[in-house]
Amino acid sequence: MLTLSITWHMACHTNDIPADGGACALINGRQIAIFHFARRGEWYATDNQCPHRQQMALSRGMTGSHQGEPKVACPFHKKTFSLRTGQCLTDDEYQIRTYPVRVENDQVFVGIAE
Amino acid sequence: MKTQTQTRIVVVGNGMVGYKFCEKLLAKAQNKADFRITVFGEEPRAAYDRVHLSAFFAGKSADDLLLADADWYVAEGIELYLGDPVVNINRETKTVYSHHGIAVPYDYLILATGSAAFVPPIPGVEKDGVFVYRTIEDLELIQSYARTARKGAVLGGGLLGLEAAKALLDLGLDEAHVVEFAPRLMPRQIDDAGSAILQQQLSSLGLSIHLSKSTRQISGDATMDGIDFTDGSRLDVDMLIISAGIRPRDELAKRAGLDTHPRGGILVNDQLRTTDAAIFAIGECALVHNMIYGLVAPGYDMADVVASQLTGELKQFRPFDMSTKLKLIGVDVASFGDPFVAEPTCRTIIYDNKAKGIYKRVNLSPDGKELLGGILVGDAEQYNMLLQTCKNKTVLPPDPEDLILGSRGGEEAAGAGVLSLPDDALICSCEAVTKGMICQQVKEHGCTTVDGMKKANKACTGCGGCTPMVKDLIQGVMKEQGLYVRNTICEHFDFSRQELFDLVKINKLRTYGDVLNQFGHGDGCEVCKPLVASVLASLWNENILEQDRAPVQDSNDRYLANIQKGGTYSVVPRIPGGEITPEKLIVIGQVAQKYGLYTKITGGQRIDLFGAHVGDLPAIWEELIRAGFESGHAYGKALRTVKSCVGSTWCRFGVQDSVTFAIEVEERYKGLRAPHKLKSAVSGCIRECAEAQSKDFGIIATDKGWNLYVCGNGGSKPQHARLLATDVDKETCLRLIDRFLMFYIKTADPLTRTATWLNKLEGGMTYLKAVIVDDVLGIAADLEAGMQELVNNYRCEWKDVVETPELRKRFTHFVNQPDVKDPSIAFTPLRSQKRAQEWTI
Ligand code: SRM
Ligand SMILES: Cc1cc2nc3c(=O)[nH]c(=O)nc-3n(C[C@H](O)[C@H](O)[C@H](O)COP(=O)(O)OP(=O)(O)OC[C@H]3O[C@@H](n4cnc5c(N)ncnc54)[C@H](O)[C@@H]3O)c2cc1C
Ligand code: SF4
Ligand code: FES
Repeated sequence: MLTLSITWHMACHTNDIPADGGACALINGRQIAIFHFARRGEWYATDNQCPHRQQMALSRGMTGSHQGEPKVACPFHKKTFSLRTGQCLTDDEYQIRTYPVRVENDQVFVGIAE
Repeated sequence: MKTQTQTRIVVVGNGMVGYKFCEKLLAKAQNKADFRITVFGEEPRAAYDRVHLSAFFAGKSADDLLLADADWYVAEGIELYLGDPVVNINRETKTVYSHHGIAVPYDYLILATGSAAFVPPIPGVEKDGVFVYRTIEDLELIQSYARTARKGAVLGGGLLGLEAAKALLDLGLDEAHVVEFAPRLMPRQIDDAGSAILQQQLSSLGLSIHLSKSTRQISGDATMDGIDFTDGSRLDVDMLIISAGIRPRDELAKRAGLDTHPRGGILVNDQLRTTDAAIFAIGECALVHNMIYGLVAPGYDMADVVASQLTGELKQFRPFDMSTKLKLIGVDVASFGDPFVAEPTCRTIIYDNKAKGIYKRVNLSPDGKELLGGILVGDAEQYNMLLQTCKNKTVLPPDPEDLILGSRGGEEAAGAGVLSLPDDALICSCEAVTKGMICQQVKEHGCTTVDGMKKANKACTGCGGCTPMVKDLIQGVMKEQGLYVRNTICEHFDFSRQELFDLVKINKLRTYGDVLNQFGHGDGCEVCKPLVASVLASLWNENILEQDRAPVQDSNDRYLANIQKGGTYSVVPRIPGGEITPEKLIVIGQVAQKYGLYTKITGGQRIDLFGAHVGDLPAIWEELIRAGFESGHAYGKALRTVKSCVGSTWCRFGVQDSVTFAIEVEERYKGLRAPHKLKSAVSGCIRECAEAQSKDFGIIATDKGWNLYVCGNGGSKPQHARLLATDVDKETCLRLIDRFLMFYIKTADPLTRTATWLNKLEGGMTYLKAVIVDDVLGIAADLEAGMQELVNNYRCEWKDVVETPELRKRFTHFVNQPDVKDPSIAFTPLRSQKRAQEWTI
């Protein structure tokens, strides 16, 4: 069995992410999209890159839900991805990475497995 | 493969009815292998939908029109020979011979040779520029000839002739004429009074009508150049479509010694047998009950009668209802039952409204209990209902005039509505689908869409005339069962856009959160968020990025710029009317140089700057705004450009100052958000250099004022705009545009351009005119006030962003490193500028 150690990186202040929207943070050279699902008090983080045409754009996508499942729609061709699992909901072929998020003292931390 | 038990069927003619016969026979056969079917078609392609032939001009391809593709014939085991007409029948040996020399024996022979356009023996019909309107090849010839023609005419003012004339207009000819021998249009369907109204309506569409004209000759050398009439008058036209009736294709039958009628048609009895018991004739080539049925529904019924007999069921062809509704032309015309019976054999009720262009006539039995027939011009909404009432001999309401006027006051007359029809009422006569069959599909198989119904029982797949009724039935049954679903937005809102629009307005809601909390559920999604954002913007015109509105905007609106390949953005400053000073041109050049942007003149008479980093957008706009530019809303479902032509200030032909007016129009509606983008143009004279007729609203100068056109579209499905008002002054013109735009904004479905909206609008252009020009709904003042409020609230949203630090802060790629640009963005050089890198896949 393989255990992964997760390192938590301070990404930004909670104010930096618009309520029910997202923004991108640069963490260790990696582009990570962070979403504040304010309606449900939830936070999510995923790759910023959309696997469809490799556009760095998911953080600018629109969030929402599909039968309760939180999701984000890529602004380019509207492929939607589950924020929980990263599975593309409109095209089985695609998948994005998701990362755990912790909020402490109005600061947003993203966990990255080393 | 042939075995003793197989019945050999040969079908001559792969038209609509010949095809339908094959389909029906195979459906009825206990075992498909009982029959071996061979089909000969003279045309180069397999059977296609001739009824919707004109759709070919509206962009449908020949393949789209096919009734079944080649695979279907293979799968069904049908041997199909195309482009190979049958030239001989040997009735002794029961064999047919094709043009290419193929000989095929038959047990039964089905003649489905249809008819050809009837071309009267007028001198000159052989000249170039003279066409008929029957096959895809005919339409291809017409289309290519029309490219260089300016004026066209149609000989014949019947159902088909009017359809062809409209096609000429749609092909872009400047003039389209209809020449009719009789003193009225559609002489077989409507009466003089109906024809007068129809004529008035067609003239407003741009058709010129000439009645009581008999043609002496078609003039010109090898190529026609006009028509001379026997009364000495003449019409100069470059092309002519002859639509003077049909001639049954009975030449093959005649050669085989079968009886035919002196005026054309293969004689058949009630069982559709010719004088040779092994040979049947069906469709437009068959003369039954002493007539040729020139419609597809009776042809399909004939196919059914013969297929039934061949599978052992006794069936006869009964006299068929010839009710018809004109499709396509933009004016409703319909007639049903016996349209012409007159007093004293019947009681006639007539509603004649010349101002609105509506004529309705119904003929009742003398005791007033039964509907015998009638005519509808200008408004045929009640056609299906009346037709059913007539066919089913439904007992009429006590005030039969309610039939055409609608019940006034009080409860809806008992017995009205599709659900009151008997179960065996024939709804789709092409496919013989009854009301009972449709209701059963809804109730027992949960089929709730027209598409589903098409698959289930083929309803609506023929002429399509029954579609509205099928929709009503589906909804009616669903309502009865408490299942009624509306055209709702998405899983988060159980309202249509129009309902939500009204709710937001009445409750004065201004944020997405409020709208979702009060009228929706769940968390929203990429469908309802931009829709609500657009409704809020159309109602209040407040900055779209303030309060909670930024994250619910479509991503282009959210960054007030169009995202492009590679993740950079484009910048399009507004250049009203396309007029720009040298100073401003210089600023655009300087900004582009400074921020490394690719520049291009757009198709909308302005300049697009591509390749901007998201973080540079506010600074770029700050410089543009300082020079006097404003947002061009190229990213929004909003007013884009108002194109102009140079007009009377410089052009020697201009009759009005189109540039000044275009600028005024653009300044008035800039920033206006709508269900889809809006484009406009103003031309200074009839030459139309600004292409106003391809715009959502377009204005063309006349000697006396301005003509206003609405609902045009470029894009993938181009559509010419329609004339709304003639020779109006500027104030009236703007007032009408105010009303038109607000009515569109209020009622259109999301992402529906004005052209599509009009195509779906019940009552079409006649209704739109009545609402906008005649104010029949009494809402004009409200619409105008609504628009004035939006105009008053306009602010350049980019200026707001540049001046508001909290909004400006959102324009960065990395929240934690605002000054770092997206390192993945890459460009490659292109003709002294640059371009975005190709997708990496
Ligand atoms: C820049 C331009 C092409 C050019 O280089 O000339 C252009 C570029 C785009 N057009 Fe266009 N259209 C441009 C003139 C047109 C025209 C011609 C005109 O307006 O005179 C048409 C046909 C006329 C019409 O709309 O009726 C046109 C019909 C479309 C359509 C199809 C609309 C339809 O109803 O079918 C789309 C797609 C859409 O809007 O959904 C579209 C969409 C687009 C988008 C927004 C696609 C996108 O999301 O990236 C392009 C954005 C470019 C950008 O980043 O700024 N563009 N587009 C033109 C900008 C005009 C302007 O100054 O604003
Ligand atoms: C523009 C237009 C609009 C119309 N609109 C309507 C409408 O709105 N409603 C309506 O009910 N009807 C409408 N009609 C009429 C409808 O299309 C016809 O009633 C229907 O197509 C008749 O079918 P059919 O199979 O009998 O003839 P066709 O469809 O004409 O088919 C006959 C086929 O047989 C072929 N053929 C002839 N001789 C031979 C031979 N010897 N060997 C092999 N093949 C042969 C012909 O080439 C043709 O392909 C319209 C027709 C046109 C042209
Ligand atoms: S035609 Fe297509 S490719 Fe060209 S600008 Fe318009 S949307 Fe883009
Ligand atoms: S790049 Fe994201 S959907 Fe195409």
